[in-house]
Amino acid sequence: MVHIEVDHVGHRYGQGALARQVLDGVSADLTESRIGVIGHNGSGKSTFVRMLNALLIPSQGVIKVNGLDTASEAKKVRRLAGFLFTDPDTQIIMPTVAEDVAFGLRKSGLSKPEIAARVDELLERFGLSGHREHPAHLLSGGQKQLLALASVLITSPQLIIMDEPTTLLDLRNARMIGQVIGELSQTVVLATHHLHLLDDFDRVLVFDSGRLVADGTPTEAIAHYRRLMEV
Amino acid sequence: MTSQTPLPARDLALIAVFAGITAALGLIPPIYLPISPAPITAQSLGPMLAGAILGGRRGGASLVLFMAMVALGLPLLSGGRGGIGVFLSPTVGFLVGFVVCAFAIGWATYRVGAPYSIWKGLVITLLGGLVLMYIFGLTGMMIVAHLSLSQALLAQVMYLPGDLTKAVIAVLVAKGVHTAYPGLLPWHGQVAAAGSETGSLDDSPVDSAPAGDQVR
Amino acid sequence: MAIGINTLGLYQQGSSVLHRVSAWAKLIGLVVLGAASIWLQSRWWLVLAVLGLVVVGYLVAGFPVGLMFKQLRPMIWLLVFIAVMNWWSFDWQRGIAVPGMIATLVAAAGLVTLTTPMSALIDVVVRAVGPLRRFGVDPERVGLTLMLGIRCVPVVAGLASEVREAQIARTATHSFRAFAVPLLVRALRDADAIGDALVARGFDD
Repeated sequence: MVHIEVDHVGHRYGQGALARQVLDGVSADLTESRIGVIGHNGSGKSTFVRMLNALLIPSQGVIKVNGLDTASEAKKVRRLAGFLFTDPDTQIIMPTVAEDVAFGLRKSGLSKPEIAARVDELLERFGLSGHREHPAHLLSGGQKQLLALASVLITSPQLIIMDEPTTLLDLRNARMIGQVIGELSQTVVLATHHLHLLDDFDRVLVFDSGRLVADGTPTEAIAHYRRLMEV
Repeated sequence: MTSQTPLPARDLALIAVFAGITAALGLIPPIYLPISPAPITAQSLGPMLAGAILGGRRGGASLVLFMAMVALGLPLLSGGRGGIGVFLSPTVGFLVGFVVCAFAIGWATYRVGAPYSIWKGLVITLLGGLVLMYIFGLTGMMIVAHLSLSQALLAQVMYLPGDLTKAVIAVLVAKGVHTAYPGLLPWHGQVAAAGSETGSLDDSPVDSAPAGDQVR
Repeated sequence: MAIGINTLGLYQQGSSVLHRVSAWAKLIGLVVLGAASIWLQSRWWLVLAVLGLVVVGYLVAGFPVGLMFKQLRPMIWLLVFIAVMNWWSFDWQRGIAVPGMIATLVAAAGLVTLTTPMSALIDVVVRAVGPLRRFGVDPERVGLTLMLGIRCVPVVAGLASEVREAQIARTATHSFRAFAVPLLVRALRDADAIGDALVARGFDD
């Protein structure tokens, strides 16, 4: 189980006249296994989920993941928490499918056959076995996102943070990725505009103009979000 | 980001993407203009732009990476050339010049700092992208092909109008990029922008993060 | 290392002796040939003899001789120019020897590129920079950076065609600037995203 503590977190970009407060006074104590994050573009939700993985260090307040402060123990936090980005094209690092999945294990001390076995297992699970040696950029959009997820799962993180992973996909692939997310045994924090993905979630946070404006069950939170849209 | 590695991951991403930019410029078919007797290829804009946008260290490194990929056998030089052979051909000096030119233009551009000035940029690009490039290119020809300076110049002079045009284009493009994507060039005049040159260079990709967020 | 990335390069699969010889041996052979070229160049018939050997090399590797000329075609006019200039400044022997030696070296290097998988060459690079470790160069990082660069070529090429399509759709202009500025700005944003992904996936660990 993963415990995320968010304590009076704020974030400001830039200096002087160009400064923008993108997150302000956010506090939450998250222990659920399915947590959704919703809000308009520019509401601060992307900034927020980036902070959970120490990709961004808050300029005010503290975030702790399982007691680890993201500011001082960023590498440990990242080992615990994998991150799935919106655009699968920018998160594939290595030229071929198998090499990319194996990337996270290059310093694990595992032998080559052991790494290959784990890669094969994940490719099998996501139906990518036939593409083992293919150049990663030739996969379809949905397959690329599956590859990205496999590359995250290879290091066995306890928490997977996702920033709009279905936004660039067509409906069929978005549904497929949604199904895969539902089957994960790990804790998931999912920022998304595809509200139906959150139906079975335990808790949903709503962001608006950098503030956490609602926090509750999917039904309550989505109702609040819809009211925001009408204003 | 406080790690001691000389080039952090975010810089490596910029370096790799700009190596890709120089490669993509090589895919653009050569154009024929009345002012130039030789076809103009877009690829030599790569080092000028990498330098003017990324600065000396990262710009130079992106061209080193590009050349390494060419040497490994990727057909990335304009006309689909690649492999170790191109480094043994008479034009090898220009390939070395690509790297030096990216570094020199970048070093000078970041030294001048923000805001990017078209006139200063033009002087820098002409010195770095033309004068320096020709010094390396012609020296290479003289050594590899046993030509005299005037003979090497004769082989090269028809490219001069095209190269001049490219220097102007590179400066205008660099100006556009620095306007649309501020935060890369260090501010030297500002009191708040304390710290050494390398400090401001390393901070820049982080500072530019909000620009990426706005689009989402 | 997987075979996949080798399909992106100029490497041509085969099972000849030249394909099986180690990448190191071929590269050292090339360096030796390059060093010997200064001496070889003084005798025009020696240059032609070595060029003949390279032709034999192409045949042994199972390639048509036309593939060798393909390596030389982009520089053919420069070679003619060099021949004329060397003949004019010195004598006809040098008019043959100097461009002949260049053609020989380029063709021989092409033979190495055509018969050596890229992964083997990357291994050579990673091992060759090993001694630079004491100057702060991390060989593993050098290898990863090469892979990342190779990976970025199709990414940026895809970006370029997207920007081109958008440009045609919106303005129907052919201005290079109207193409390059959005391409570079999007490339910078992509680099930010790639940088984030590198950090998230432990590249700096």
